[in-house]
Amino acid sequence: MSKDKFDYFIKGEKNNYEVIIGLEVHAQVSSNSKLFSGSATKFGAEPNSQVSLIDSAFPGMLPVINKECINQAIRTGLGLNAKINNNSVFDRKNYFYADLPQGYQISQYKNPIVGEGKVLLDMPYGSKEIGIERLHLEQDAGKSIHDMDPSSTYVDLNRSGIALMEIVSKPDLRSPEEVNAYIKKLRTIMRYLGTCDGNMQEGSLRADVNVSVRQVGDKNFGTRCEIKNVNSIKFMQMAIEYEAKRQVELLDEGKKIEQETRLFDTKKNETRSMRSKEDAHDYRYFPDPDLLPLKIEQKLIDDLKKTLPELPDNKKERFMSDYGLNSYEANVLVSEKEISNYYEEVAKLSDKKLAATWMMGDLFAMLNDKGLNISKSPISAKNFAELIQSIKSGEISGRIAKEVFELMVESGDNPKKIIESKGMKQQSDPKELEKIINEILTKNKDKVEQYKSGKEKLFGFFVGQVMKQSGGKANPQLTNDILKKLLKG
Amino acid sequence: MSEIIKKNLSEIIDLIKKKEIKSEELSNLYIDKVNKSKKLNSYITTCFEHTIQKSKEFDKKPNLNSLLPGVPLAVKDLFCTNGFKTTAGSKMLENFIPQYESTVTENLWKEGAILLGKLNCDEYAMGSSNETSYFGNVINPIAKDTVPGGSSGGSASALAADLTPATIGTDTGGSIRQPASFTGTVGLKPTYGLCSRWGIVAFASSLDQAGPMTKSVKDCSIMLEAMAGFDKKDSTSIEKKKENYSKNLKTDIKGLKIGIPKEYRVDNMPKEIDELWNKGKSILKDLGADIIDISLPHTKYALPTYYIVAPAEASSNLARYDGVKYGYRSSKGNDLIEMYENTRSEGFGDEVKRRILIGTYVLSSGYYDAYYLKAQKVRQLIKKDFDENFGKVDAILTPSTPSSAFKIGEKTNDPISMYLNDIFTVPVNLAGLPAISVPAGLDKKGYPLGLQLIGKTLDEQNILNVAYAFEKNCNFKNEIKNWWL
Repeated sequence: MSKDKFDYFIKGEKNNYEVIIGLEVHAQVSSNSKLFSGSATKFGAEPNSQVSLIDSAFPGMLPVINKECINQAIRTGLGLNAKINNNSVFDRKNYFYADLPQGYQISQYKNPIVGEGKVLLDMPYGSKEIGIERLHLEQDAGKSIHDMDPSSTYVDLNRSGIALMEIVSKPDLRSPEEVNAYIKKLRTIMRYLGTCDGNMQEGSLRADVNVSVRQVGDKNFGTRCEIKNVNSIKFMQMAIEYEAKRQVELLDEGKKIEQETRLFDTKKNETRSMRSKEDAHDYRYFPDPDLLPLKIEQKLIDDLKKTLPELPDNKKERFMSDYGLNSYEANVLVSEKEISNYYEEVAKLSDKKLAATWMMGDLFAMLNDKGLNISKSPISAKNFAELIQSIKSGEISGRIAKEVFELMVESGDNPKKIIESKGMKQQSDPKELEKIINEILTKNKDKVEQYKSGKEKLFGFFVGQVMKQSGGKANPQLTNDILKKLLKG
Repeated sequence: MSEIIKKNLSEIIDLIKKKEIKSEELSNLYIDKVNKSKKLNSYITTCFEHTIQKSKEFDKKPNLNSLLPGVPLAVKDLFCTNGFKTTAGSKMLENFIPQYESTVTENLWKEGAILLGKLNCDEYAMGSSNETSYFGNVINPIAKDTVPGGSSGGSASALAADLTPATIGTDTGGSIRQPASFTGTVGLKPTYGLCSRWGIVAFASSLDQAGPMTKSVKDCSIMLEAMAGFDKKDSTSIEKKKENYSKNLKTDIKGLKIGIPKEYRVDNMPKEIDELWNKGKSILKDLGADIIDISLPHTKYALPTYYIVAPAEASSNLARYDGVKYGYRSSKGNDLIEMYENTRSEGFGDEVKRRILIGTYVLSSGYYDAYYLKAQKVRQLIKKDFDENFGKVDAILTPSTPSSAFKIGEKTNDPISMYLNDIFTVPVNLAGLPAISVPAGLDKKGYPLGLQLIGKTLDEQNILNVAYAFEKNCNFKNEIKNWWL
């Protein structure tokens, strides 16, 4: 897995090709109501139960901007280290479709709310900066349901009018792995900010993927194809691989790549042409006359900046400097806000480094196994910290700790209680241990002789006997020390 | 026929306040005449049961402190009325019954007014003669072969024929002022944003503005006071406190500077219009106003600019009428696209289709810069012309229309000559300013003609005052002979 050099190239007949990827991510804004109406935005509600007269475009209805959505877009922009535009404009994007009640989508075309920014990726071959071109706000469309009836289409407008942030990256991504890291990073940042829940199963995060290829060393970009509306990282990666290979094959055959919009067929694992550039819609964008240009006071931006939480990049640095974690550990532990909070709670009460190791090992394995989020962990941060402290102080051995851990998962009990009631405390009293060891040495005089005459492998045998005698509770380090001392004598 | 319904709104309000007439009696008088006036075709929908019921409720517990106590009013059928058909003069909305009330009509009901019915208009307010309505053309009560103007033609006709004591219209390019001029009535287009657009079927959002249509300037001030006000449901609504236009109405206009823009003297304008304009100037001068010649150099671009901006917005605003959610849906067609095509082909009339086509064209890629963007720039220049002159003058006086009411069918096949009717009214919409049309005289056929007073942003009180003073000194008398009864 860990490689120190970037190596994603597509082999052509004669040349190697580099893959150029840009993403347009559609992230649903976390807000109680829609971008221009007071309707609720809950996922999974009865069809058409969260639809106002505005969302269904009744005659004479007018949009009124939801300030919370604006604030969320500004927060996200700040989280992407981006320029917030004091003046932006809402435009109408005109097209007909059954799930687009107004006959146009209110979006932002020439003047988006957020301008250029950047996102930092930690790749195995080093960190990489991905440029953000812009972020704009727009309305989501409704949902057409084609499989409810053989001859009719049904329309659910619950989603109609929900606020989306379209985050457009620069064509800076070069491999499916980078796309994976980029999406995850975006999601992490937005979850930290509370601006998008990033739930891909519920469609809160989807992307249009732009792919082109060029010969390694070439300075110019090739012709790109846009793969529309891909809703999982896995599918994005599969679509990119398929599409890059398709383009390289075309070039090898001496053919041209046509600029077009394509769809990814998840069943056949291939991209298919949806419409060519000639058939591209003319959306007839123009400023929405129902809405005044959006003016954002610098003060609002400054105020929001002050309320931003610590973001993953900063937290990672702090974890490294304050807790002595390495880059990999820090990355894992800041990847989700809840994980980082759990870790910090544990680290405050126990050994920081040992806590990190145990969290990333046994705790994550258990959560993964049970399919649980860390916020639902059967072991509280406080109990987990006590467990770490019991290990660190030598009260229990690492091996016993694993047993205690299991019992904590089952019962949710405090580790102290488990250790007490089960008598699992490590035997760390030198006098007691010496007593046990002396007994064992007396019983095995022949082995002692053999050891003394050079068969040093027998040391393990004595340790084993001590462990057996103590029920596994003997402090291993102390056992070693005392054994060595007594065997010498 | 009762003499009462010939009276002005303010006089009728006085009768109610003095308890000389009950709301129910009054409503019955109007209902009676509306029933006898079907020839004019000014109503699309009546709701007399509702009217009588509300009148009875009012009479039981009359609130005489409201602005429009127990007054029955019919409104243009572009205002959505809760529970009553709102057609916008289109087949597309022939059977559409809103479950909500427009802010402006709601304001009227809060002031004690009672809905009498919905008045005919050009389809989606697109027209200058009320001949594009799916529900048939409206006849001007001044003469049976003339149009009442448009698009608020039903409103103007019903008002002039005493089928409602006052009414409201919408004005996107002159749709209140031009029919007011054609029918010898008063019509005011307020500052853009003074009256909420919420619940009004949209034509061109950046230009649409609701306003009063009345028999007198005083009535106009009462109606404006009742309907205007900030509305947080309309993002373009202006946040300001309510004004008492009727209380502050005065005739003293001494020392006011009235601008006369030379560009409003257009080629082939009938001599009578020019004479009328001069009459207006001398009346105001006699009242102590200073008459000042001014120039609004970009006036000649107003009409072409309007016929780019308005259709562009309309083409997008009318996209929602697609047969999917409400309104007319064609039964023909095998898929979504065919359903759209058939619905919109069958549901919209020719003028609406013409403007959707123009609007779609001027917004298309490759044409946007040459048409829409340029029109927006010119619009700014037109606005600037007014802004610069309003440093020098307090109001501007122009004719309301380049002619009096024309004959039914006269311009139906010549859209350009129809559009030219809006030449004096359109610049005001582009600049977002308030303007009022007051009747000023009759032409030699005996048809009324109006003069237009244009004011500064939110200076409605001032143009109402000038109009009020003018009205008192003009001695205009509308001659409606009830020939249709």
